This record gives sequence, C-alpha cells and structure tokens, in this order.
Amino acid sequence: MSTTTHVSVPSKRSLIYRLPVISHLRMSAGLQRGMLVVGLVLTVAFLLTAALAPLIAPFGFSQMADADGDFPTQAAPGGKFIWGTTVGGFDVFSRTIWGAQTAVAVIVVAVLFSIFIGVFLGLVSGYIGGWLDRVLVVLADAVYAFPSLLLAIVMSIVISGGQSSLWGGIMAAAISITVVFIPQYFRVIRAETVRLKAEPFVESAKVIGASTWRIMFKHVFRNATRTLPLIFTLNASEALLTLAGLGFLGFGIEPTKASEWGFDLNRALSDATSGVWWTGVFPGVAIVLTVLGLTLVGESMNDLADPRLRTRRKAKRRGGKAAA
Amino acid sequence: MKTNNVDTRVDGAVLSIKDLEVTFTTDAGEVAAVRGVGFDVAAGEVVAVVGESGSGKSVTARTILGLLADTAVARGAVLLKGKNMLTLGPAQLRAARGEDVSMVFQEPSTALNPVYTVGWQIIEGIRAHTKISKKEAKARAIEVLRKVGIPEPEVRVNYYPHQFSGGQKQRVIIAAALALNPSLIVADEPTTALDVTVQAEILELLRAVRDDFNTGIVLITHNMGVVADLADRVVVMYQGKIVESAPSVELFANPREDYTKALLAAVPHLGRHSASAGMSERSGQDKEVLVEAKDLSIVYPGRLGSPGFRAVDEVSLKICAGEVYGLVGESGSGKTTIGRAIAGLNKISSGSLKVLGYEMLDYKERSFKKLRQDIGFVFQDPAASFNPQLSIGECVAEPLLVHRGLDPRAARTRVNELLEAVQLPAAFAQRFPHELSGGQRQRASLARALALDPKLLIADEPTSALDVSVQAKVLELFKELQAELGFAALFISHDLAVVDMLSTWVGVLYRGKLVEEGIGSQVMGNPEHPYTKRLIASLPVPDPVEQAARRAAFLKA
Amino acid sequence: MATTINLTENPAVTPPPTRPAAKAGGSFARYLLTRFLLIFPTIFILVTLVFFLMRVTGDPITAALGGRLTPDQLAERISAAGYDRPVIVQYFEYLGQIFTGNFGRTISDNRAVTEVLATYGAATAELAVNSLIVALLIGIPFGLLAAKMRDRWPDALLRVFAILCYATPVFFAGLLLKLIFGVWLGWLPIAGRAGVNAELQLTGLQNPSGIFLLDALRSGNMSAASDVISHAILPAVALGLLTAGVFLRLVRTNVIGTLGRDYVEAGRSRGVSEYRLLTKHAYRPALIPIITVMGLQIALLLGGAVLTETTFEWKGLGFQLAQYLTARDFVAVQGIVVLLAVIVALTNFIVDIIAALIDPRVRF
Repeated sequence: MSTTTHVSVPSKRSLIYRLPVISHLRMSAGLQRGMLVVGLVLTVAFLLTAALAPLIAPFGFSQMADADGDFPTQAAPGGKFIWGTTVGGFDVFSRTIWGAQTAVAVIVVAVLFSIFIGVFLGLVSGYIGGWLDRVLVVLADAVYAFPSLLLAIVMSIVISGGQSSLWGGIMAAAISITVVFIPQYFRVIRAETVRLKAEPFVESAKVIGASTWRIMFKHVFRNATRTLPLIFTLNASEALLTLAGLGFLGFGIEPTKASEWGFDLNRALSDATSGVWWTGVFPGVAIVLTVLGLTLVGESMNDLADPRLRTRRKAKRRGGKAAA
Repeated sequence: MKTNNVDTRVDGAVLSIKDLEVTFTTDAGEVAAVRGVGFDVAAGEVVAVVGESGSGKSVTARTILGLLADTAVARGAVLLKGKNMLTLGPAQLRAARGEDVSMVFQEPSTALNPVYTVGWQIIEGIRAHTKISKKEAKARAIEVLRKVGIPEPEVRVNYYPHQFSGGQKQRVIIAAALALNPSLIVADEPTTALDVTVQAEILELLRAVRDDFNTGIVLITHNMGVVADLADRVVVMYQGKIVESAPSVELFANPREDYTKALLAAVPHLGRHSASAGMSERSGQDKEVLVEAKDLSIVYPGRLGSPGFRAVDEVSLKICAGEVYGLVGESGSGKTTIGRAIAGLNKISSGSLKVLGYEMLDYKERSFKKLRQDIGFVFQDPAASFNPQLSIGECVAEPLLVHRGLDPRAARTRVNELLEAVQLPAAFAQRFPHELSGGQRQRASLARALALDPKLLIADEPTSALDVSVQAKVLELFKELQAELGFAALFISHDLAVVDMLSTWVGVLYRGKLVEEGIGSQVMGNPEHPYTKRLIASLPVPDPVEQAARRAAFLKA
Repeated sequence: MATTINLTENPAVTPPPTRPAAKAGGSFARYLLTRFLLIFPTIFILVTLVFFLMRVTGDPITAALGGRLTPDQLAERISAAGYDRPVIVQYFEYLGQIFTGNFGRTISDNRAVTEVLATYGAATAELAVNSLIVALLIGIPFGLLAAKMRDRWPDALLRVFAILCYATPVFFAGLLLKLIFGVWLGWLPIAGRAGVNAELQLTGLQNPSGIFLLDALRSGNMSAASDVISHAILPAVALGLLTAGVFLRLVRTNVIGTLGRDYVEAGRSRGVSEYRLLTKHAYRPALIPIITVMGLQIALLLGGAVLTETTFEWKGLGFQLAQYLTARDFVAVQGIVVLLAVIVALTNFIVDIIAALIDPRVRF
C-alpha cells in the first residue's frame, strides 16, 4: 500500500496544477468528473450569490415595505415578489439570497477556527503521544459521540444566551459549530499523524537526528494535511446544516439582523399546513443545493485521493497486480 | 474479449496456451502486458513461469482462470482440457473455475476470508459446483484438509484463518484448490510470503500434489531456488514475451539466451561468492568497538495484564569498526528489532546495549542526537522511506542540514558527490521519490545514509523488495562503497545467501535468541545449531541437480 | 517486518472506523470489560462539560424567569434552589444526584426531569427505531448495489441520492413530505403520533409501554394500530432518509474495499457466483467497520430526532427539548441532554460489542 499513497503528488508541474481542487479536476474521469464539476458549479454559484447579494436581491433582508407601501403577507410568487412573501411580509427571494451571505460567514469562521485548533492539537497529540494524547483522545471521543446539534445548542446558550445580533449571532453559531468540529479534525489529523509516525521516511528523519519540530512540520504536517481540503468541504456542509438546525430551533440570528435559512424554514412550518409552500421550499432548496455542492466536491476529492476508489481513465484495475 | 479461432486440444496437455496477447487500456493508450506467449502443461507436470516485475507472468496466470480486469483484452487461445477459457461465457467460466483449474495465492493471510471458518470457505467452492448437502460437503472439506497435512482436520475445519500459522494457511488454500480435484493448479508466487523453512514444507506438499493426483501445476515465481526445487520445465518471461523455454535441468545447466544467463548470474547462490571465503578467524577485533550488546532483551508490552512479547531475548553481540556483521533470521526472529534498537528507534528492556559508547538503557534523544551523525540507516521499503513531498536532493541533504548546518548551495555540491558515489545522475536531485524506480530509490537511500560518512551503517533488508537483477547491482554497490569508505555495517536479512555474500561475521537469530555466531562461510558450510542446520537445509539453491541432492539429504534428516 | 507492529495502541480508546478491536491475543472478556469501563469517563466528561458550560452564563432561574420576577423574588428563588453557592459545590451535588437518578426539577412547569424523561422517552425510542428500520432497508441493499455497479450510472444515481439525503435538513424533508403527502395528496396525517381517539385509548391502557404500536397490538386494537402506523410513516421516512444516505455510502465504500480483496478473488477462482461473492464473501467482512460506524450515527439520529419531532409535533424528548429551549428552562435542557448522552454512550458500547462478536479474531 505504501507505494500507492504517494502517487497523487505531482512534481515539477506549475503551482497552479498542484492546488487541491484543480489537481483533482485533472485527475478525474468519467462519472467522477461529472460529479466534481456539478459540485464545483453549485459551490461557485453559492459563493457568487453571497458575494453579489446586494446586487441580486431586490430588497433588504428585513425590508417589509418600500415606496409603494407595506409588502403583502403570504403573497404567492409572481409579479414584484417572484418567490412570494412570508407571513411577516418579507420578500422570500431577497431573504434567500441574503441567507447565502450569513451561511458563508458562519462556514468560513467555523471551519477556520476548528482547522487551526483541531490540526494543531491532532498533530501534537498524535506525534508526542503519552498522557496528553490519551486524555485528549478520550475527551475528543466523548464529544464526538455526542449529538452535534445538542452540543451546538448548549454552546450557543453559553455564548449568546440564545439570541443575538448579526455578528454576535454569526460568531455564536460559528463557535458552537467549531466546538463540535474540533474533535473531528483532531481525530483525522491525529490518526494520520500516528500512521505517518511509523512510516519509514519519518523514522529515517529520526535516525538522521532531525529535531522533533522539524519532523513534525517538515515531514508529518505536510503529509498529514493533504486530506484537509476534503475535511474542509465536508465540514463546511455540516457547518451549514448545524447552522440551519440551530436556526430552526430558534437559536439562530434574529430575522431583523440577518437572513438565515433555518429560521425561515421554522416560520414556514405552519405555512405548509395551510398549503403555502413558497416560504419553505425556496430557503430549503437553497440549503440542499449548497450542501449538495460542497459535499459533491468533498466526496469527489475523497475518491480521487483514495487509490482504492479512484477510477482511472479506463485504466486497468486488478491488472495492476501484473507488476508482482 | 476477441479470439482467434484456435481449436482442438493438444494431446496429453491439460493446458495449452497459444499466441496469448493481453493488452490493458490506459491513459497512454493500449499497453501490451503479454505479447505472443504460448506453452503447454501436461498432467502431472510442473511448469515454472519465471520473470521479474512487469514480465507479464502474473497476467498470464490470471488469464488461465479468466480472472482479468474488464479493461483487459486477451487474444489468442488458452485451452484448458480443450475448452478455450477466453471464449467461455460467465456461467461456463464459473463452472470451469475450481472444477478444472484452481489457484493458489501469494499471500495466504489475505487470500482467506477472516470472518468465515476455513471449512465454510472450502465448502463454498464445493457447493458452487456440485449439489450435495452441507454435511457431505463438510466431510469432503475435512478429507481434503487431511490430504494437505492439517492435523485434526475434523476440529480444524471449524477454525477461523487467524487460528492457523502462515504455512498452515497456505496448506488450507491448497486444500481449497484441491477440493474438486482439478486437472490444473495455478500457483502464483505460492511461497514468496513464507519463511524458508515453511517454504520447504509447502514445496514438498506441491510436489506430493503433483505426484499423488497427477495434477498439472503452473508455478509463477521470481525465485530461482524454488524453480530449481520443483519445476519440470521452465518458461522465462521478460517484458511480456517468452525469452526461453526448456526443461529445468537443461535451463540451469545451459541457458541459451543472454537474458537467462544474466538472470541466473544475478541469483545469489549459497556457498558462492562468500565474503568470508578462506577466513579462519574474525577480523578487525583490535579496532574500536562500535556496538556491544550484553544480555540484551527487548520486550513489547502487552495490553492490560496480558504478557508482553519478548522480541529479543538475552542477545550478546559485538560489532567492531570496519566490520560487516550479518544478522539472519526468519520473520519474528527479532533481527529488525535489534537493528532499530541500535538506531534508537526502539527502547531496550534489560541487559546492556552500548552504541558508540552510549548506553541505550539510559536513552535520551537529546544526548544521543550528536551520535546520530555516525550512524546511517537504510530501510527495507525504498518507496516508503522518502518523504513524498520532498525532492531526492532535499532528502539526501537532510542529514547535512541537521548536523552540519550547511546552506543549500554547499549541500548541493555534496549531494551531487553522493549521488555520483551511488551511481545516480546528478539530475536526479530534482526528482521526486515516486519518479524513481525501486533500485534507484534504494541507491538514493544509501546516499542519504552515507551523507555524513558514518562509522556504522544499519541496513535492514535493503534489497528484499527489489528484483533479483536490481538486487545484485545494489549489493555490488554496497560492497564497493564499504570497501572504499570502510564503515562498519549491520546487515540484516532473511536471505542467507545475500548475508553470506556481504558479511564476514554472521549471527543467526531464532525467536529472539542468538543461536549461532561465526565466520560466514563456516556458519553456512558447517552449521552447528539444529535450527541453523534446518534453515540452511531448507534454502533451495538455484541448481536443480544440487537441489535434488540437498532435498534428499534434508528429507533423510 | 512483523516486529514493528505497533503494539501499544489501544484500539478500545480510539474507535477506529476500520477495525473495532484487538487483532489477536486479547480475550473477548477483557475487551468487553475495558470497553464497558470506558463508558464511565465518556459520560462523566459529558456531564461535566454540559454542567459547567450551562453554568458559565449564570444560574438557570435568572435565565428562565429573569424579567418576570422582581430582583428580590429572583434572589429568593435562587438561594432556595442553592444556586448561590460556589459552582464546584453545586457540581459535586449534581454528580451525586445524577448517581441516584435525580436530574432535578424543571423550572417552567415544575416537574421532575426523570418524569419528563419517562413520559416522552418512549416516543423518541419509537421514532428512532422506525427510522432506523427505514434507513437499514434502504441503506444496505442499495449500498450493495452501488458497490457492485461501481462507477456505472446506477451507482452515480445512488450516490447522488445518498448525498441528497444527507444534504436535505431533516426539517426541510419533513416540510416537503407534509406538503406533498399531507396537504396536497391528503394521504397521511401531518402531525402527532396518533389521532385523538387512538391516543386516548392507548394512553388509557394499564401499564402502557408508551410505544403506541406495541400498545395497540397488545390490546388488539387494530384501528388504533393502523392509525398509529399512518402517523408514524412520514416522520420515520424523514429521519430515516437522513440516516439512509449515510448508511448507503458506508456500505458502498466498505464493500468496494472488500470486493477488491484477495479472498474475494480466491472465491471467484473457485467458481463461487458473483451474487454470493457480493452478499457473503465481501459483505460479511465489510460489516465489522460498517456496524462500528453505524453506532456512531446514533448521535446523528438523536440530533435529527430533535428536529423531526419539532417538525411533526411528535411529542417525544426532542419536542420537549425544543419547548424547554424556547422557555429557557435550562435545568430541563440539561437533564435531557445528559440523558441523551448516556443513551449514546450505551448504544455505542452495545454496537461495539456486536461488531466484535462478528469478528472472529476478537471472539477467539
């Protein structure tokens, strides 16, 4: 197996081809490529929507009236309000567009926090070992086994008492999600570190007399973090789902401070009973498409990174053993 | 799969391969793995197909059972008892597998399903072909387990694979292959994963299968000793083609083709080219003692009260400056553990181990670090011993950076010197490890180990992952460099012939104990300890005539 | 080389997705014991974590009633409940109480938390089991199919389906199901666990199990049973689909792994049919990691149950939790969260034992 793990490292190609997503795209083939492309398109669309929200959205996220007077409530899609309005008189289309911004902010903050803390802890714990490692592993396992939504609820109670302003809300949601994700990054990086620690190339650095820090960063870190883009995308989607779950339970950001899809879905529940579908379907579809896009990118990268799962362009599979 | 219509069976032949071509479709277009191969196998005949990596021997073997990947296209004919395996439909193919032809695999521990009993796995094969009750099938499974020499087969039939030793697992796989009494068995490197002593038993079993059941055997192997021991006829393959095909005795005595000659010349032959030929006493004992172990024991702790595993058991040995110490033993003998302990990769449990005067019992990385520049280490797996993210140049320069603090430019000059010393072009410094072949990587590994002119080099099975011809070149290089630079070396290997070629003083390890020590040629030629005797007797030599005599002597003993 | 195997890593401490237990040597009894003992630190850590986190922000009474009572009244309630003492004292008292099964009393409706747990636990269990059945029925066969048809179009479709299952928040799936099957088609009820009549009949039984379907069948009340089933379908599908996606991917990946192993090739070389190779030779060894990871999904399932129950007004623990959250009744929240933690820890233990039982390397 050891030989196959190194295959994916290109060498003297220009830097751009070594960037995670681009190198994956080049490596892909057939259906896998199709899935990756769809994922990338959805993800880019999501990011663009977030960036261009002020240009796209006809109204503000908390706007309930304009020069023509108050917006109608529960107006069916059509005319001025292409996706209809909510029971409170918000424009569904505008709120769905603005929601992308909130989602991006929370995802970025949450994933950055958890990557830094989780990766550092995982690397140190896995490489140094000993008691610190054991304690951290038990801790991480305990938290990991716990329903992440419940933990996020507890955290958001701690941080904001459950209700908050725009940035307060975003930070609360992001930190809640971070706490849930640190154990995941920790586990992945630690497992990878422990595996790499036994690899001959790390041992040969040890035999040479390289310092612990040099080994940890030059040899272990650079190899252990190759899976990070993958965890990044998978966790980004999980972060969004957790945010939506929090919002749905009323622990998100208040509707007047920012737009948040989960919260809107909560409000849409009672609408659905009376057949008003547009208040729920649009933010719901927004969540689904975003998560779908991120997950497709992550999954494809996972398959491409794992020689067991990668389709080579009509390549030999079992025939590979011919080299034996 | 397309086929030319080559029909009718060759008289007396169980298997007849004609003009076999196998191509794989890859990124780079079509790659021919097998190009125009043809040979016959008669009932009760062992035909060895030998060759190095990429020779197409395994692909040929799989084609016989129709086990090729979807992307492979085979042309020509593989006639098995008159049926062309290349044209059979899935159902007919399934009927032929197990019934007419079956297979023995390289790695017995992965070829058995860990979650089913061995009996279940044998019965699966039987019941796939004959509609008999489970009870009857089980009786047959017991029967065939008895035939391959599994003791108490009535009980063992209900055992899971992990309850058997490696050799017994291979017996079970042979039993499964024999279950329906096929006319042909394809054995793909059947002893490569096994220790020599176990290998001898399995070879004996295969011989018995051939003689007792008149089964034809296609033996795929890279080991010329195994060929000499078992094969009636030999087919030598190189890059998908047959180079030479001849009866075994003839091929070894009078190889016609240059490739065959070179291949045979590269095979280490026990008793030839001994490094200690003509020596009568251990040399260089007046020089500095680099490594000294006294009653050294290394125990891997068990979990939660279960007893630990004693990998090294009260071993005493000494390595002096400039001396090549050869350490041989089978898997689990503790040879690697000793090497790693000397390099400070394993902690020692009791006794004393002095490395360059440093007592390893009080090992602290900080105080040992300075001594590391005098110790080089070459690992077994050349693919895994380089950081895939760094270039070969960076890897080789690492010791210079760590101990000498050389700036990259000064290091580059030295790296080029080193690469030249191991006969690699200087341009290889820019390459990444995966762009090198196994032999090249092992040379680079040697360059890195020698970067600081160490007093001691530890080489842990440095050539066992390499092809024979590559191994010969790396060993030659090692010898030259040792003579030139004069470093002491601990050479660890399971291969007696290789150890004898390189080292003057040899120690034999068995289950953690050093059972015998002495001058290489004497240990190999006149072993004293019963285990050493058995080890040497079970090593097949690449010469059918000599091997037949050795076997006769071995069986008598 | 065999001697370099890392013998120090304790597999029980790191639930690995690939291999649940020691490869050799460790007797099963010892594995059972260590794995069992590991439950306690897990629960202990979670209880501690939740307790201190909830207490950092202040006392529960201010959170629940602050603004509605005068400062004096608040202070009186706080001191009566003992929340004015040092946190560490409260912590040890809380530990002691939990040990004796006392989870405190809710602030908003002054009930014992244990009573809340007993009343609503059965409903959550029923939902969890129903959706687990849905998840297994979809996940395992389709996962096997996807593995077998790997990288062809049925596989691609199934994978997109699996990702969609995961990408759809359970409350949005619920909303869609309600809209389509409840509101537009009118086939199924959209809220609650049973109709009013059936619910009255079932809760009026002697010694009810709380699991409506069981109670209905036991009392021979077939109309109630069919009513219960019709109510159970949508929530079970909504939550089941979420987990089904995870199971499908899990089965697919692991079976692809085992399909490429030598022992499957060995079976093929003996003439075993492709169907048996898939369903026996490849599936069974894949099952060990599959079950281990499925156990970890219990957490996902319970988290999802909170949302599902809220969506369908399914009166279980999750529904209650959401109610108490809205009421800022953190004593109740803490009680329910701790209980769920215990359930997760216990389920993971049981699942690990099952996984170990399948693996003969642990059993013998």
